[in-house]
Amino acid sequence: MDIQERNKKYIEYVELVSPKASWGKSLFNAFLIGGGICVFGQMCADILRYFLPMTDNVTISAWSSMMIITIAIFLTAFGVFDNIARFAGAGTIVPITGFANSIASCAIEFKKEGLIFGLGAKMFFVAGPVIVNGVAFSMIAGVIYWIITLL
Amino acid sequence: MAKRLGKQTYALEKPIHIISTATIVGEKEKNGPLKAYFEHCTEDDMMGEKTFEKAERKMMESCIDLVLEKAHITEQDIDLLIGGDLLNQLVTMNYSARSLNVPFLGVYGACSTMSESLAIAACLLDAGVGEIITCATGSHFSTAERQFRTPLELGNQRQTYSQWTVTGMGSCILSCKGKGPCVRMVTFGKVTDYGIKDIANMGAAMAPAAMDTLYTFFQDTKTEPKDYDLILSGDLGKLGSDILKDLMREKGYILEENYEDCGHMIYSASQKTFQGGSGTGCSASVFCSYVYKKLCNKQFKKIIFMATGALMSTVTNQQGDSIPGIAHLVVIENSSVAK
Amino acid sequence: MLWASIWMYCKVFLVGGAICLLGQVLVIKTKITTGRILVIFLMIGAVLGSFGLYNYLVEWAGAGATVPISGFGNSLVQGSIKAVKIYGLFGALAGGLMATAGGIAISIGLSYLVAFFASSKTKKN
Repeated sequence: MDIQERNKKYIEYVELVSPKASWGKSLFNAFLIGGGICVFGQMCADILRYFLPMTDNVTISAWSSMMIITIAIFLTAFGVFDNIARFAGAGTIVPITGFANSIASCAIEFKKEGLIFGLGAKMFFVAGPVIVNGVAFSMIAGVIYWIITLL
Repeated sequence: MAKRLGKQTYALEKPIHIISTATIVGEKEKNGPLKAYFEHCTEDDMMGEKTFEKAERKMMESCIDLVLEKAHITEQDIDLLIGGDLLNQLVTMNYSARSLNVPFLGVYGACSTMSESLAIAACLLDAGVGEIITCATGSHFSTAERQFRTPLELGNQRQTYSQWTVTGMGSCILSCKGKGPCVRMVTFGKVTDYGIKDIANMGAAMAPAAMDTLYTFFQDTKTEPKDYDLILSGDLGKLGSDILKDLMREKGYILEENYEDCGHMIYSASQKTFQGGSGTGCSASVFCSYVYKKLCNKQFKKIIFMATGALMSTVTNQQGDSIPGIAHLVVIENSSVAK
Repeated sequence: MLWASIWMYCKVFLVGGAICLLGQVLVIKTKITTGRILVIFLMIGAVLGSFGLYNYLVEWAGAGATVPISGFGNSLVQGSIKAVKIYGLFGALAGGLMATAGGIAISIGLSYLVAFFASSKTKKN
């Protein structure tokens, strides 16, 4: 039998017998925890707005994001975050908590290889692509916008 | 001299006794169904060291010390040490061998390293190379996880078909003289790749290699699964062993109650490892404890021990290559029933 | 006033939850890992943001749209576009990072600090 055909058949068969994740439960968990984190963010923003009424919305939402990031980093440091994430799945990855966790977990993990090439270099092992893609895209978008303003 | 049977199987002429074994496992394994068989468990998987790599090394060193102690020999009596682990450049094994001052062969067969080193050791002894050979393999959950997957504290969900790397070490001493179960036959496996690319689905990646080796062995020796008290595969896990059963059925061999899988045995369902254990330490710790004890008290007379390995690296995986698998097989018989 | 803020929180919960639910669908369907999910959602936010569409969602759902990583992508692009208006071409280069500098700096700085006292532990399950 042709090897490619054999492999194709085998992969299809494996796909068939592999146990599937339970859709309902994991979707519900992601929705619940993800929504909950956003509600917490809104609460932070509202409290900030109460104490700093003159601040604009962009700064307020940046501050509330930073609060969530802080909490996520401390939860990671105390080894609690991965247990919540095991339950919530994308519910903790998609909010900014996932970004904070991916930086903090890499920092904690790789500090054993030294401060420079361990912690310093590998801190962005997971989150690096996020910053790289985001900054590159924002630069391109900004330059295009600048060209448009010139016309 | 070993007699060649068929294409890949060799029947050994001399009786190669496994005179002693030792295991060290971590906490999670200790809480599993085989806890009564593991003689040495460690509460602290850091072993008092600063890094997980150092801890794994220390575990390996104490496992080798333990097996020497049990066999009442010293490191001067060992002619050769054969072993390997999961980490890049076999650091655990190489650094453990550094402190032992014995000739050393490092082998890498991923999770199949235990049966690979057993097979090599048995063949060497049969050919008259040395008189006492020690085999040692092991793995550590935390070192394997950070090398092959993600940082430990990263919050992600494991796939339902994934396996759990065993924190465990197994070592054994093989000798032409002495008492204990004998290695009778070895089959060296071929690297087999059926195109599985999902790094979490190791059982499915290794099952074709296991099938290939097992099928070749039955063909070479003209035996049947029912001729053995136990057919023990390495760390296919539950899914992988189901796939192996299906693949073997296609080839005309039916694996029944006498078939077991180390990965499936080592954890209970409530431990949430999904498909079971994997890693070099999985087959090593199960073989050196549970299987060896049952062989010694003659509950098993003749067994097949076939550890399987998935030979991937993170680099090849990111470059889109599929995961090749390998399986090596040894037949072990209790000496009193041997002719 | 009370009902308005309850309705606001409902919207936050629904939108935030729905974005995460979308992420979970992606996880189950394509088995992608953390890094990829983050990048995909960041790019969704950035693309929507560069056409100004994401801001409608932010206005409607508040933190429900800003807390997910897509909001981070939106801030990058919005920051860049806003800075062009003030600084010209220099703004296009610096604006994105300026708008998100707080979040990035606190992630990096705090991670650096916690790494001194925390160490990773073997998972229990």
